[in-house]
Amino acid sequence: MAKYKMHVLVCGGTGCKASQSAQIVENLKAVLTENGLQDEVQVITTGCFGFCEKGPIVKMMPDNTFYTQVKPEDARTIVEEHIIKGRKVTNLLYTDPENNEHVSDSKHMGFYKKQIRIALRNCGFIDPENIDESISRGGYEALGKCLSEMKPEDVIQEIKLSGLRGRGGGGFPTGLKWEIASKNHADQKYVVCNADEGDPGAFMDRSIMEGDPHSIIEAMAICGYAIGATKGLVYIRAEYPLAIDRLQIAIKQAREYGLLGQDIMGSGFDFDIELRYGAGAFVCGEETALIHSMEGKRGEPTFKPPFPAVSGYLGKPTNVNNVETFANIPVIITKGADWFNKIGTEKSKGTKVFALAGQINNVGLIEVPMGITLREVIYEIGGGIKDGKEFKAVQTGGPSGGCLTKKHLDTPIDYDNLIAAGSMMGSGGMVVMDETSCMVSIAKFYLEFTCEESCGKCTPCRIGNKRLCEMLTKISKGNGTMEDLYELRNLAAVIKDTALCGLGQTSPNPVLSTLDNFWDEYVEHVVDKKCRAGVCKSLMSYEIDQTKCVGCTACARNCPVGAIKGEKKMPHTIDPAVCIKCGACIERCKFGAISIK
Amino acid sequence: MVKLTIDNKPVEVAEGTTILKAARQAGINIPTLCYFELDGMKFENKPGGCRVCVVEVEGRKNLAPACATDVMEGMVVHTHSARVINARKTVVELILSDHPNDCLQCSKSGDCELQTLAQKLGIREIPFKGEQSTYKKDSTLSVERDMDKCIMCRRCETMCNKIQSVGALSAVNRGFEAVVSPAFDQPLGESSCINCGQCVQVCPVGALSLVDNVADVMKAIADPTKTVVVQTAPAVRVALGEEFGMEPGSIVTGKMAAALRRLGFNYVFDTDWSADLTIMEEGTELLGRIGKVLAGDKTAKLPIFTSCCPGWVSFYEKNFPDMLEYPSTAKSPQQMFGAVAKNYFAEKIGVKREDMVVVSIMPCLAKKSEAAREEFKVNGNPDVDFSLTTRELAHMIKQCNLNLNDMPSEDFDSPLGESTGAAVIFGATGGVMEAAVRTAYEVFTKKKLDNIDFEVLRGFDGVKTATVDFAGTPINVAVAYGLNNARIIMEEVRDGNPRGFHAVEVMACPGGCIGGAGQPYHHGDSSIIRKRMEATYREDAGKPIRKSHENPSIIAIYKEYFGEPCGHKSHELLHTHYFDRSKKIEKE
Amino acid sequence: MTKVKSLADLKAMREKFQSNLDVREKSNNQEEMVQIKVAMATCGIASGAKQIMEYMMEKADAMKIRVVFTQTGCMGYCHAEPTIEVKVPGRDPLVFGHVDNKKADEIFEKYILNNEMVDGIIPVNYEVIDK
Repeated sequence: MAKYKMHVLVCGGTGCKASQSAQIVENLKAVLTENGLQDEVQVITTGCFGFCEKGPIVKMMPDNTFYTQVKPEDARTIVEEHIIKGRKVTNLLYTDPENNEHVSDSKHMGFYKKQIRIALRNCGFIDPENIDESISRGGYEALGKCLSEMKPEDVIQEIKLSGLRGRGGGGFPTGLKWEIASKNHADQKYVVCNADEGDPGAFMDRSIMEGDPHSIIEAMAICGYAIGATKGLVYIRAEYPLAIDRLQIAIKQAREYGLLGQDIMGSGFDFDIELRYGAGAFVCGEETALIHSMEGKRGEPTFKPPFPAVSGYLGKPTNVNNVETFANIPVIITKGADWFNKIGTEKSKGTKVFALAGQINNVGLIEVPMGITLREVIYEIGGGIKDGKEFKAVQTGGPSGGCLTKKHLDTPIDYDNLIAAGSMMGSGGMVVMDETSCMVSIAKFYLEFTCEESCGKCTPCRIGNKRLCEMLTKISKGNGTMEDLYELRNLAAVIKDTALCGLGQTSPNPVLSTLDNFWDEYVEHVVDKKCRAGVCKSLMSYEIDQTKCVGCTACARNCPVGAIKGEKKMPHTIDPAVCIKCGACIERCKFGAISIK
Repeated sequence: MVKLTIDNKPVEVAEGTTILKAARQAGINIPTLCYFELDGMKFENKPGGCRVCVVEVEGRKNLAPACATDVMEGMVVHTHSARVINARKTVVELILSDHPNDCLQCSKSGDCELQTLAQKLGIREIPFKGEQSTYKKDSTLSVERDMDKCIMCRRCETMCNKIQSVGALSAVNRGFEAVVSPAFDQPLGESSCINCGQCVQVCPVGALSLVDNVADVMKAIADPTKTVVVQTAPAVRVALGEEFGMEPGSIVTGKMAAALRRLGFNYVFDTDWSADLTIMEEGTELLGRIGKVLAGDKTAKLPIFTSCCPGWVSFYEKNFPDMLEYPSTAKSPQQMFGAVAKNYFAEKIGVKREDMVVVSIMPCLAKKSEAAREEFKVNGNPDVDFSLTTRELAHMIKQCNLNLNDMPSEDFDSPLGESTGAAVIFGATGGVMEAAVRTAYEVFTKKKLDNIDFEVLRGFDGVKTATVDFAGTPINVAVAYGLNNARIIMEEVRDGNPRGFHAVEVMACPGGCIGGAGQPYHHGDSSIIRKRMEATYREDAGKPIRKSHENPSIIAIYKEYFGEPCGHKSHELLHTHYFDRSKKIEKE
Repeated sequence: MTKVKSLADLKAMREKFQSNLDVREKSNNQEEMVQIKVAMATCGIASGAKQIMEYMMEKADAMKIRVVFTQTGCMGYCHAEPTIEVKVPGRDPLVFGHVDNKKADEIFEKYILNNEMVDGIIPVNYEVIDK
């Protein structure tokens, strides 16, 4: 039986595979066998490291040496130098771009600093249904610290100093929000956790609630203490049954331990939490609509001011924060605002959780410091574009966001930069698109979503988005004109300028940002009647390759509309004006002469 | 005070003022559509939904709705910058792109706020083509709904829920499909709707309109076998003139009588006459109940609630079925008139009941539904055949090439045409109570009332209370308009009547019948309703007789026909009973 | 159940829970139990995490290996669900992705019993905040 002393991990992710990592494995095995080491050193293919830009990656265990851009012919050097002689192969080591030094121990590589887990600190580590595990990792200590060592205004000050901004999309400074709520005096105040996560493809809030429900409970209690509220409500969509279960279990356990309820930790502070279920209306993520929904009213926004901090749930001062925002709170309290505000950019502190999706190799949930670039996220964490295709755009901020393109790849991601680039942070959806995505169709997809989810209260959102959507449909059908493009831009701008709530004001972003960044593609749709991505069916045309066609007439005989003409034994042609794009000709052609353009 | 600049004009207004109101104070009229306020009547609809009133506030990212944005110190506002006008026009174009645009046939044409706005903004074409909303048409006996025309201003919803607490209408569905509808898309007639019609009065477009009966009446007039009798409610004469360009508050009683005669009505009578009759019955009933309660009769309930307003009657039948013994059993003046006309008067002039057609001219939509109630029919023949509104009468007059301005002043016919000042004030909130007190006081105390002007019962407060000294016996009265105000009093009474009310007057509409849903559209200008109220009291003051029990024609009919108030004959013709309508009555 | 009455109480509890965990997790004693955490967020469950956990429990019983199974939340590797983390006493924890029955067998037979690596390890690529 083999007893391995050493392991060589070779990245088997899509990117590295494309750069011959399989050959590296074979060569390594061959050289090891040559040296009689096959029973002492094991070569293993791993999943993607995410660092595809520097692939293929080879990692040596147990000493954690990290080799980058390894070629198959390097296998011999690695075995002979590193394994046999114990000398690191310097020219394969990762070079730190900041100081040009070689880094041998992967633990010191900046690559691992690309992701810092603050909000997700316990997700995947603890059993979310066991409060003891939460406590063993410091759960509720921040609450204890607030109750025993800090005055409410100290707590607010700490949150303000931390620079934490709302993670639900708007990016309003959390500490300031708390301060406003604390200054409004009332017999009853409320803390509301907005768990009505609704962006397509975003699921960080669900993951936090499912993986670390106690952090939310703890943070809500801290907020309650800070603003003077004794009641907390979690507005959670009913489509999240597991999150609901785990929150309920967590609340029950917290009550049993006296971490919720009366006189928490002997401080005299009372706080308890109830759940309220949403029926999955996207607009109920907007805080005023959310409050109306909790009150049993129609879930639609009202004009602010008054802000919920003045008049919220049942007319009482109410502080609404998103799940991810709350998940940051206990860490800020225990580790201090100064620790937190060192992470991130000048105006956006801390980390942000993103749900990476789309045409990217490592679809997943990542937590990165603010200020990271899209390039780092896509190529160094996400493992690059699938199937070696070319990156085209990334959509951030869900239906309220926009599409960023190649020119934004090196823009540091924070609230303000994303807005300046015509998108927004949103709740953290990040959909990566390659050349097979049609930007008109993408804009249409998001507009269809907004149309479906608009509450219908204000004209621009109710009718305007509908009209935008109809114009995009017209364009994708090949019936658009240049005037439509100008009208599209004007209408989108007016909607942005006049809609009542955040949902409506941001709903044209997918249109405006694609118009800005992919104007040529729109023009192609309306002038050339072409869809370069081949997505818009109506814009495709069937063509017969004159060199391949032998004139067998099979296509012409089977064309239901008689669009194909040609002499027998002579190449045929398709009249695009008559063609209905049914595809019957392609099926009949034995010579592969017909293609869709 | 807050200082700001609107269109380069320095403006100083009180804190908490909206940009819209601040601009109006400065003489700048920012156009609105969904916004609606009845000043002093606690009706305000500002969902900020239509986005027509958007203005540019320097330093703000987006345009701000003037109706919902409070002024701030140093604010700089532009109400007609290119950006604002483009946005405003685009918004109206969007609304029009989902609107039938059948102005020529629309009942609201000429009175439509959307039409006016489109005209003002100079919209000549609609750049947006697309799907149009289509909904099935729906109608009660009073209200017609054509939701294809709905622009989601939500005024009807605010009226129905906040002011009337009826809860029949609310927004349903989302996005482009969002529309105002009764719950579960049930027909309005099967909902909690009480046909007060205030939704129609506030609707800016033709989405909500009245059920038009002009053609039915014209047909009856044209039928030589029919004797057509018309009665006109007190509130009509102070509002009808508006439809003919007269100043609000013009009193057109005589001109109206003349016009009705020229339209071909055989007898032109006055609901004021039956209002006096109502006071005799209701006043007597009140005194009777007080007497019974004082004698320890547990079956007699106080306070007595007035029952003139059919919207209110439907409201308590639907919402307070456990309290049906509280309201007066006296029929409304419209129905008393109908009953008297089709019995006493038909007999007197020798016309068979089925050959007589009684038409009423009312400020009200609920009267249409009231006239159709089964309990007001004899063998299927209703006491009142058709109830027209003030607006319908105006249309009828115009249709017949008449101009009210040109009419001479004529008197009503006799005998159902004579009335007192007490009847006139039925049209305004508090009027029925004041009229009742004028009579009940003298009947109860057997003394002459010197000052008959009960100022405390007048005016636009939603709820007014007073204690009237009936020569040593304090009588506590309350007056309410707006059914949510009535609901509060009903609930108070249900909880033991802590304020010891003896009598409560309720009218559904703002300011009473003068603000009725059948009146000329006031478009939120409450000064119009105020002027109608002033006219009402002016008309009362000018009347030679101002107490119902002194009306010679009323005295005569008791002598000749009824015997005494609340007697056997009056119970037969002038009183009714109420039904539990809280649940939909299953159809067989 | 004991109530937490003060911050000191809470800290004492933490110490206790942590040392209990440490005995298991940080011990180099080969006799200690293997820890397997299964990512059981909605996405994990949807990809078959429950089924795989049951399978592995049966497998552990059959092989007479003492294993503590715990469910945990999302590890973030959506591209590789179901994912599990295996902690064998004396070794660093390892995360495996795309775990199916076949992979589970390999993990038990090769990795846990023989310290033989198995294809499909997911390299950890993030920093954790120290407590």
